[in-house]
Amino acid sequence: MGLELYLAIIMLISLILYMLTGGADFGGGVWDLFAIGARGKTQRDIIHHALAPIWEANHVWLIVIIVLLFVAFPVAFATIGTALHIPLTLMLVGIVLRGTAFVFRTYDDQSERVHLRWSRLFAIASIITPIMLGITLGAIASGTIHANPETGQVQTDFISSWFAPFPFAIGFFTLTICTLLAAVYLTLETDDTSIQDDFRLRAIIAAISVGILAGMSYLLSAEGAPLIQAGLGKSKWSIPFHIVTGLVAILGIWSIWHRYFKLARILIPIQVTLIILGWGLAQYPYLIAPNLTFSNTAAPESVLKPVLIIIIIGGLVLIPAFWYLYSVFKGRSLTK
Amino acid sequence: MEDLLAARFQMAMSLGFHIIFACVGIAMPLLMVIAEGRWLKTGDKTYLTLAKRWSKGTAIMFAVGAVSGTVLSFELGLLWPTFMAYAGPIIGMPFSLEGLAFFIEAIFLGIYLYGWERVPRKIHWLSGVMVLLGGMFSGIFVVTANAWMNTPTGFTIVDGKVTNIDPIAAMLNPSSFTQALHMTLAAFLAVAFAVAGIHAYFLRRDPNNQFHRKAFAISLCVGGVVAILQPISGDLSAKRLAKYQPIKLAAMEGQWETERGAPLRIGGIPDEEAEVTRYALEIPKALSFLANFDPNSEIMGLKDVPKENRPPVAIVHFAFQIMVACGIVMIITGILGGWLAWKKKGLPTQTWYLRLVTFCSPLGFIAIEAGWTVTEVGRQPWIIYNFMKTKDAVTSMPNLMIPFIGFTILYIFLSVVVVILLRRQIFYE
Repeated sequence: MGLELYLAIIMLISLILYMLTGGADFGGGVWDLFAIGARGKTQRDIIHHALAPIWEANHVWLIVIIVLLFVAFPVAFATIGTALHIPLTLMLVGIVLRGTAFVFRTYDDQSERVHLRWSRLFAIASIITPIMLGITLGAIASGTIHANPETGQVQTDFISSWFAPFPFAIGFFTLTICTLLAAVYLTLETDDTSIQDDFRLRAIIAAISVGILAGMSYLLSAEGAPLIQAGLGKSKWSIPFHIVTGLVAILGIWSIWHRYFKLARILIPIQVTLIILGWGLAQYPYLIAPNLTFSNTAAPESVLKPVLIIIIIGGLVLIPAFWYLYSVFKGRSLTK
Repeated sequence: MEDLLAARFQMAMSLGFHIIFACVGIAMPLLMVIAEGRWLKTGDKTYLTLAKRWSKGTAIMFAVGAVSGTVLSFELGLLWPTFMAYAGPIIGMPFSLEGLAFFIEAIFLGIYLYGWERVPRKIHWLSGVMVLLGGMFSGIFVVTANAWMNTPTGFTIVDGKVTNIDPIAAMLNPSSFTQALHMTLAAFLAVAFAVAGIHAYFLRRDPNNQFHRKAFAISLCVGGVVAILQPISGDLSAKRLAKYQPIKLAAMEGQWETERGAPLRIGGIPDEEAEVTRYALEIPKALSFLANFDPNSEIMGLKDVPKENRPPVAIVHFAFQIMVACGIVMIITGILGGWLAWKKKGLPTQTWYLRLVTFCSPLGFIAIEAGWTVTEVGRQPWIIYNFMKTKDAVTSMPNLMIPFIGFTILYIFLSVVVVILLRRQIFYE
């Protein structure tokens, strides 16, 4: 196995961690928008307290992914930056507005009117960002970005690869995954059973939406991302893999339904992990189908080796630190 | 051409915006750690209040810095894909390390800001130290990558292709140390003076306020010490430029002719058509002396390179003068503060001195913006000095005016909100 595959695996793990942590933060933003009625204020407060200490650290997983992409697969980075300039720019606007609106809300005038205005912005940005992230990933998977593997020069236009049904389906799929994760996590952020029930209901709706969009994405992939569809069924472990994913999903909904929230908090992240892993495996060996593979865009070994060493040493510092952050602020909801 | 200009404007604007918040993220933790350390040592609650108040402003600034930094990391690919395809692997080392350092900073900032009641006091203080180290090193690594664009090393070109990449040699390029040192000191200098200026303003109205006295003492001490160190690092940088980027130095000084015993020019207007610098106050042989420790050493002039390979001279020259002027005022203010404190055996709270410090509060940031203008514009027309021109690195994406205008509006909006919110924190709470 070439060194570049180790880096690809680390990037995929980072993407999974980003979805499980940062993705849930976006989901929290979505539920902020739906926090209306008598318990709306309490719901918003819970979402706020859940996110405040950790969202910035969670966000760094995205930076890890992007840095590893341009260090290890520079040509692919150039291609993505060119062909997907528009959705990526919109995603950045979302990232900027989400983060700043969240902090501004904390430190601005605490009157209901001002608070609500920042909340709206925070929520809308939390919706746009994961959709754009999903559209980007969907476009990468679609196999419509033609590029020169030597230079990264894009030979297709700047719109058609992402402005299509399949990438949009993946965009909304990503959004529903975020909302599902958030709703499940939030059930454990409170002892108030009526609030728990609110998030339980939201989690069930989100879980069903995830199922529907997964199906839609699969159907659209026949035309929108044929290589992925072929990849999803290409080897003999494919079918068992999908069956396991489906079973975990069903168990997840079951545990939410029966209010086994601690169990759901384990099952739903596993489901999301399996979905992303399945995509990664289906996509292999392409980084950006159909021209760019992991091996033909990889940086030379003299670059990859020191980066891997940095990641290993860095991980030894980072993972305990990240864990400590979570144990300080999420200790209660993780062990309860 | 218009797209190239839009891309450059967008990059410059994004950097100019981000750098202010990044510097606050680097330097405020030092002030907070000092204040909190004093509290742990003396038990004086004023220091605790101070650390907490400072941490609020820092929280706002850090968030804006984190998201605007994310924008920059993407913009490298959105605007300069050819550059990244070429340089990404070579400068990947400092960027990977930067990612790591920033991660550490973000993790411990969460603990610092929200963990007052949740972690033991010592751990809390140590978290502050980790934020400081994470911020400082992430700044150093990013500057290292920029230094490589100025003095690229660690690779060879065979048949137009990058080969023999040595990422460590690239990271330790000739400009890395001087640039990283100058920038890190600048961050502490700018932030310490900005903070000292704000507290000086309040001390003028309420001279015996213990809170503001302590805040003023800490920030002025940090600012004063760094102000005295900064010219040394500036001198080191100039000597590096004389050796490795003589054309940038020539543009900074408005030096057109290659000559021995070149003068140092104060002020003056470079005329790029006539290739002369007019109306400058010239100190004979001073440039040769400063650049090489030898008043008769040779300094390369702009005329030595063809016109298309020269940076825009006037912008670089003016920006350099602004940076130096701001620096000199802060150095004088720092030395004066030390002298007054020594004479008075106490905090220098004379009204005129407080006024002076308040006047200084924006100067460090102005100097940073001007200094980056010198570095970046002075490197033009190259994106990688002597290897790749900026115009060859830009994306093929059309209509780049649209994202440029979009991000400009977004950042103006954020700037206004940040100013309003900081005023709230400073004046009303």
